Amino acid sequence: MPTKIEKDALTGKETTGHEWDGIRELNTPLPKWWLYILYATIAWSAVWAILYPSFPGLSGHWRGTTGWTQRAAIAEQMAAVEAERAPMLERIRTAALDEIRRDPGLLQYAMAGGRVAFADNCAPCHGAGGEGRPGGFPSLADDSWIWGGTLEDIHFTIRHGIRNTQDENARMSLMPAYAQILSRQEIDDVAEHVLGFTGRSTNAESAARGAAIYAEQCAACHGAKGEGVREQGGPALNDAIWLYGGSKREIAAQIANPRMGVMPPWQGRLDEAIIRMLTVYVHTLGGGE
Amino acid sequence: MRMDRPAQAREAPVSPASLYADRVKVYPARVHGRFRNFKWAFLVFALAVYYLLPWLRWHRPGDAPDQLLLIDLAGRRFYLGPLEIWPQEIYLVTLLLIFSAIALFLVTSLFGRIWCGFACPQTVWTDLYMWVERRIEGDRNARMKLDQGPKNGAYWTKKLSKHAIWLVIAAATGGSFVLYVQDAPTAVREIFTGQAGAWTYSFVGILTFTTYALAGWAREQVCTYMCPWPRFQAAMLDMQSLVVTYRAWRGEPRGKHKQGESWDGRGDCIDCRQCVNVCPTGIDIRDGQQLECIGCGLCIDACDAVMDKVGRPRGLIALDTLADIQACERAVAQVPPGPRRLDVAAAAHAPLKVVRPRTLIYAAVLGLVGVLMLAALAIRDTTELAVLRDRAPLFVTLADGSVRNSYTLKIIEKRHHDRTLTLHLDGLPGATLAGLGVDEARQRTIPLSVRPGSVATQRVHVFAPAGALLPESTPVTFRLVEPDGREAARHDSVFLAPKR
Repeated sequence: MPTKIEKDALTGKETTGHEWDGIRELNTPLPKWWLYILYATIAWSAVWAILYPSFPGLSGHWRGTTGWTQRAAIAEQMAAVEAERAPMLERIRTAALDEIRRDPGLLQYAMAGGRVAFADNCAPCHGAGGEGRPGGFPSLADDSWIWGGTLEDIHFTIRHGIRNTQDENARMSLMPAYAQILSRQEIDDVAEHVLGFTGRSTNAESAARGAAIYAEQCAACHGAKGEGVREQGGPALNDAIWLYGGSKREIAAQIANPRMGVMPPWQGRLDEAIIRMLTVYVHTLGGGE
Repeated sequence: MRMDRPAQAREAPVSPASLYADRVKVYPARVHGRFRNFKWAFLVFALAVYYLLPWLRWHRPGDAPDQLLLIDLAGRRFYLGPLEIWPQEIYLVTLLLIFSAIALFLVTSLFGRIWCGFACPQTVWTDLYMWVERRIEGDRNARMKLDQGPKNGAYWTKKLSKHAIWLVIAAATGGSFVLYVQDAPTAVREIFTGQAGAWTYSFVGILTFTTYALAGWAREQVCTYMCPWPRFQAAMLDMQSLVVTYRAWRGEPRGKHKQGESWDGRGDCIDCRQCVNVCPTGIDIRDGQQLECIGCGLCIDACDAVMDKVGRPRGLIALDTLADIQACERAVAQVPPGPRRLDVAAAAHAPLKVVRPRTLIYAAVLGLVGVLMLAALAIRDTTELAVLRDRAPLFVTLADGSVRNSYTLKIIEKRHHDRTLTLHLDGLPGATLAGLGVDEARQRTIPLSVRPGSVATQRVHVFAPAGALLPESTPVTFRLVEPDGREAARHDSVFLAPKR
């Protein structure tokens, strides 16, 4: 390619000296302002490379004169967030549960924190809105509580859990497997009697037989009229809430071979302030007493 | 290509490389006359409105701001006197913009580019900047001489003081802009004490820069190259629109004229170039209708003064319709150039037609938008209710067998009027309500006190009695009822129940 810089006759400007099939290009340099900005950015990048981590080396990398790292920056931000939260969390940690519920500021904070903690820790079993799940995961939104629905009761249950082996204060109740104690006919009679608590009994004779067995075997934990006994963790049998199903077949199956849920203790796994926020949040789901 | 280049540019052979034209700096000369006076008057009016409007107060109840016109970005409200526009009513502002656009179309089809010539901020601030420039550097000839002369102390004193004053005006302009979105006295105090936010300073800075750059440096290039309006305003103009025109039938053939010479056989234009010298965009109106002409009429003032001096009637350059120009041209076609052409044309002038299909249509659309706007304003809801149904859980069966659904109500109260509304539920026989934090006992209706000028959130439980035999989904309607029994707002939702 011939290189011959010459003046273009029409414009008086220099050409680049390149020629492609008789076509020559005018030499139109980049605008000066553009070039100066480019030079400024190059100079800036050099300063930047000295100040901040930049070049890899054989052992490690250039750490920059400022010592800045992304990890340290994120840790700093997290520490700032923690510091900002600390006073509020401290108030929640020390306030009485009822005080949290009455104070609008504390309640708002506890509701927001409780919602997040609930979604992270509780929702897998109890559902996103505390609606429970079929098969023994109780609803927290209804007004039926096996272990009590006051703030103190809920707080205790969350801290110690239910029927677990990790916490000696865990809520504990065990229902015997009546398949080994009662005959099939007897179990059927008891189930018929239990149906009667909600007015669904259809066989008075069978229910009468079941009543005698119920008074002897069941009333201690479930109450004489099926009203439930919270101290024993015996669920009410006279309401519309059935943890393992309310049909006669399901009731009989539960008498014969009861299933019983387990809840882990959260004390030690979650901060006390978070447990308190969870307590208040669960209490507002719709069934708090 | 611009048609207003100096004559030598047009005479030179056009080479393909000359598609780019360097800007020729415009040095508009001072002028006196009717149009100039009107332009001054409008300039003072427009600037007074811009700088003073944020300072006008308007008392509002409660904690609403007391500024007549305020675009409250933080609070998401637009206040204008007694009006308070909420974000969901932004269509009212849209209608206002449409109304303004159509009004501009109508005015343009009637009077040509008076927006460009008198009211456009670019024109107003450029005019103000030129006034400052003239006060410091002198009129056209003095300024040209200064730019071409030596760069001595006097040169730099003049230039520096001019730019300093320009920057002060620019800063005042940028500073005033942010007063429209914040409480003016507070904002000014904060700006000067260094307490305003970064956004405030950024906007003051940006608008200071744009004002300085556009009115000081870019000037007519904004109108010619940047603004879209000159490009499509021709669509609003027709033969009956008033435009700034040179009456070639009267002016041509142009030429120098000595005092006492006869006007027979020649046009009235003495080619003094006064019309070019005063033009803020640096064009020659005698070349005909041009994109660059902003219709300010300063050339009319300049030419009228010259015509007075040489003893010819005014109006060689005039605010005229193209229809009239054509009518006169036809009438004088057979008349040789000279004063007799004026007499012939006097009888041939085309009457000004203000009412024509174009203006009628623009006026009709303008009226329609105006009526729409007033109607929308008159019937807008002052209380609104939105109902969000809880979806987790969809419903809750309670111990007694009743079914509960929960809803989150958003109650929007736009007026500053404190009162207690009653919440009713229709569509669910025997239903009871309980509002969280209000009174948690189940009732048929619940009282809700609305907070004025706010959006309140209220959780409500709805209970269907046990044994109601509900379908899985029942349509229900929440109604807010005023103390006097009128319905304030309503919202439809559904009530869900377990499968039977």
